[in-house]
Order: sequence, then structure tokens, then C-alpha cells
Amino acid sequence: MNVLEIRGVSKTYGRVHALRNVDLTIRKGEMVSIVGPSGSGKSTLLQIAGTLDRPTSGTVRVAGYDVSTLSDSQLSALRARFIGFVFQQFHLSPSLSALDNVADGLLYTGLSRRQRRERAEAALQLVGLSHRLGHRPNQLSGGQMQRVAVARAVAGRPPLLLADEPTGNLDSEAGAEVLSLFRTLNARGITIAIITHDTEVAMACPRRIRVRDGLVRSEVS
Amino acid sequence: MSTALRPARLRTTDMARLGTSGLRARPARAILAALGIAIGIATMVTVVGISASSQEKLLRQLDELGTNLLRVSPGDSLFGDKVKLSKNAAEMVKRIDGVTSAGQTAETGTTVRRNDLIPSGISLGITVQATSLDLLTTLDGRVRQGTWLNAATERQPVVVLGAVAAERLGLLTPNAQVWIDNRWFTVIGILDRTPLAEEIERSALVGFPAAKEYLNHDGHPTTVYERSADEAVESVRAVLARTVSPENPNEAKVSRPSDALKAKAAAAGAFTGLMLGLGAVALFVGGVGVANTMVVAVLERRREIGLRRSFGATRAQVRNQFLVEALLLSAFGGGAGVLLGALATFVYAQLNGLPTVVPLWALGGGLGITVVIGALAGIYPALRAARVPPTVALST
Repeated sequence: MNVLEIRGVSKTYGRVHALRNVDLTIRKGEMVSIVGPSGSGKSTLLQIAGTLDRPTSGTVRVAGYDVSTLSDSQLSALRARFIGFVFQQFHLSPSLSALDNVADGLLYTGLSRRQRRERAEAALQLVGLSHRLGHRPNQLSGGQMQRVAVARAVAGRPPLLLADEPTGNLDSEAGAEVLSLFRTLNARGITIAIITHDTEVAMACPRRIRVRDGLVRSEVS
Repeated sequence: MSTALRPARLRTTDMARLGTSGLRARPARAILAALGIAIGIATMVTVVGISASSQEKLLRQLDELGTNLLRVSPGDSLFGDKVKLSKNAAEMVKRIDGVTSAGQTAETGTTVRRNDLIPSGISLGITVQATSLDLLTTLDGRVRQGTWLNAATERQPVVVLGAVAAERLGLLTPNAQVWIDNRWFTVIGILDRTPLAEEIERSALVGFPAAKEYLNHDGHPTTVYERSADEAVESVRAVLARTVSPENPNEAKVSRPSDALKAKAAAAGAFTGLMLGLGAVALFVGGVGVANTMVVAVLERRREIGLRRSFGATRAQVRNQFLVEALLLSAFGGGAGVLLGALATFVYAQLNGLPTVVPLWALGGGLGITVVIGALAGIYPALRAARVPPTVALST
């Protein structure tokens, strides 16, 4: 089954063509890297794949749902259930503990506070941070912060994990840490798409997609 | 293939926690923003509280004094001169059904002075009045020091001073001599205040026989006081003028001294519009402060909004988060303002010897107003927050 299916998608901002007629399918269980220079359109691709934005034309299907037929609140529900995001800058709340940061990511799933915290604890255990539950982000290293963010993205057990330059703000050691975490998660059945500049990360993915000038140039698998 | 997608509802507790998260993250700013609201509400609650307290004091006084005292004095005749009441007016009034006691006084037209060296023109606003012995019971007055007149002393050159008169003469204790109409009178008593008959407070009282003997008074009273059973007040009132002045009933003026006190209480209960207006202005400014804080918060937290949208928050949930935050901010200010206002009222009442009264409607109303202000101040920022596109979560 295809977790993500993009067909003939274009996205224009005024006169700028960020994406031109892109086709991309990601199947369940894949781990894909999307590489390309700045301005190539890879971030736009991620926004559209993550239903944060809608394409100008073409169809996007996430977990079988045709995004163009969904209302904004249905899209929100789709994101809550099917997609987890990891950002370059972690986006953790400095005033919350690691546990509460992760639990916050489940706020819109309909789970009770207790259930959210239980799942958050399990997710932090999964990323190897069960000994850092009560720590605030400023008490954690960069690699640990990104692992907290990954825990938050997967705590709701979404079928698709989208990561935007997840190692961009980390040194190579922390980057390797996060990359191996992605591998572990992928081995547990989570489909992962990573936007990256980092060749090491790209090489670690079984499937690589190169984007340039709004076009998908090549696929290596 | 697909089940219908429906966003999960946020529980009330989650929404409340979410609404406070921004406030907890920047407590100093929240306090400053709430301060404006607090000052406005505190002002309004204090204004209402102080006037209610003043009114309560007067009403309690009124309760204590009773409203069953009537006062009759001669009006002007058609030709402009004073009508005379009959000498035994009080005695006749006592015979009216329902009357429990009656007393009369008469202005003697003389002055009282501390000694014979003070020029006669200086009256200090004190009138020398002849009085019947039952005046004190009728007014429900009390002697503060010394004694009241009796059947013996009412014939002698002795005087009982009203509270204000004693004060003005500088007399704290009786047994002093005062100079009335070219002879010494001995002060034998000083009265407590008589709020229902302030003219008695400003009087030096001598007996009717003494007034006749020493002051050349003709014995016609100028005022008759009468107290009756509460339910008889109206019926007594109807016949009072005819009783004291059978020939010219239209020329006797009947009044109810407690009415003046009632009017005073009503006036005290009416808040000063100016102060209330100032409170309203402070409240408005406070509301603008909350709106401003929220607009800034939305600008600063675009990233957070995008992040929440990526978690699956709907536009409505983002909007509600900021609306709740504005409401809580405002209600927080309102709560503090209500407490401050009640406290200020209490302090003012203590300092001025008033009972502390803060009407519940003022407290509830104060909080209610803040909720309305919070909603008004929050709507625009909340709508702006809801329009933040989810993609800002990804933009670096």
C-alpha cells in the first residue's frame, strides 16, 4: 500500500514554479531521502507531502485520502493520525519537560492527558531517553533534543514520518545518533522521508530522490 | 476505503491548560497586561463599594433612629408673618390616636455666650430654646453628661446644651456658667447627638417656665415633635396640622426628619459618575492592553502555531487557544481587581468608621465585564492566529 502518492503535482508562488509536474510514490516501510540544493523545491515538496500546503495542480494522496477533497479541519485530523514531523530546529518548548514536550504532540489526537503522557514516556524510551523525562530542552544536548522531537513525532504511531533537515543543526556525532534512530524506527515499520543536505544521511537511505528546479531528477534505489 | 476523518475534540481541561501555557511562559508580561484590567475593575468595585458602605451606615442609623418621628412647625401666614402654635400644642398632640410621646420647643430669640465679655452679636449659630420635659424621650435622645431638666430645674436659670452647641462653646463637661440674656445660667447637662433633630444639637435648652421668667418668652412653641407607632404615622400626619393650629391648619408645616436621612442615604448610594467613568476608561485601556499583548503573542508564536497545526490542531482549535488565553488574562486581571477593590473598600470603611459593604453584583459584574472585555480583546488576535499557515512550522 502506498503511504504517499503524488501525481503530476505543481506548485507556483506567483511566477515562481517551486514544483513542476512531480510524481512521487512512497510505499509502506520505505526510508527515502530527498536531496537537492536550496531553492530546488524540496521543502515545498515536503510541505505538500505533509499536507501543510496544497498543490496548485495535481493530486496528493496520504494513506489513501485524496487531500484535495478534504476540508482544512479534515486535513488537520489527517495530520494528527497519519503524519509525524521532525524539524531542523527541533521546535521544543523551552518551558516544558521532555515528557511534556512529547505529550504535547499528542494533544490533538483525542487521547486523555494520562494516555498522552504514557505514550510519551514509551516514545522517549524508544528513542533511548527514558532517563531524561523531566529534563527541559536547555538541559539536553542537541542530539538529545532532536531525539525528543523524534519521540514526539512518532508517539502517536503515525504511518509516515517526515523529517526536514533533521541533522542540519547537529554535529556529526549527534547526527549519526539521530540517523541510527531513524533506522531503528524504520526497522519497526515506520515509513520515513527525510529532506537532507547531509550526504551521510542520504547514503544511509535505501532510496534517494534528487530534486532540482522543481523537478524530480533522479531516483536511486 | 477510508473512514471519515474527524478532528478530535479538545477536552475543556486541555483547552484551559493550553490557554494558560502562553501566560505561564511569560508571567511578567501577563501580569502587566492584566494590571490594566485590574486597575479598572478595582476602581469600579471601590467606587461601588464605598458608596454602598456609606449608604449602609446611613440606613443602619435610620433603622436605629426609626422613621416614626414627625415634626410640626408654623408656616408663614398669607401675610408673611409667622403663625403661632397654641401653648399646649404638645399636650393636644399626645391625645391623637397612636401618638406615644410629644414634646415642644420654642425659639427665644436670645443668644448664649461663654461669658459677658463676648459681644452679643456673636451667636456661634446656637439658638436658645425653651423645651418641654418630654422632648428628650420623644427624640429618643440621651444625655451624654450631667442631667436632663426636671420639674424643678425647668424653673431655674439652668441650661442643657446640645452636642454641637457644647462643642462650639468649648464645654466638655457641665457645671459651667454661660451668659444668656444678661444673666448667668448653669449648664447642668450636655446631650448626645440627635441626628433626627439637628436643630436640637445646636441649641441651648431651658425650661418653658424659666424662659418665661428670665427670657420674657410668651410660651408659644415654634416646633412640636411627636413619635407614634410605625403604622400610625400616616394617620397622625393627616390630623397633625389641624391639631396644633386649629384655626389655620394650612399654615403648619409637618415634616418627617427621617426623610432627609433617607434622601442622604439614597444620595450616598448613587455612585459618582465621574469616578465610575474613570474606572471605565481604565478598563478600556486595560482591554486595549490585553488585545495588544495578544497580537504580539500571535506574532511571536507563529512558529508554535505552525507546529500545533502540524500536530493536527484545526484552525478553530488554534483560534480557541488564543481566545481562551485572552479570556484568562482578562479574568485574571478582573479577579485581582475585584480583590483589590474589596480590599480598598475595606480599608476606606475602616478608616471612616463605616460598615464594609461590597455588593455581590459589583463583584459578579466586575468579573462578567472582564470576560466580555477578554472576549472582545481576544477575537481579533485569535482570528489572526487561526489564519497563520501551517507551513511556518517548516520555514527556517
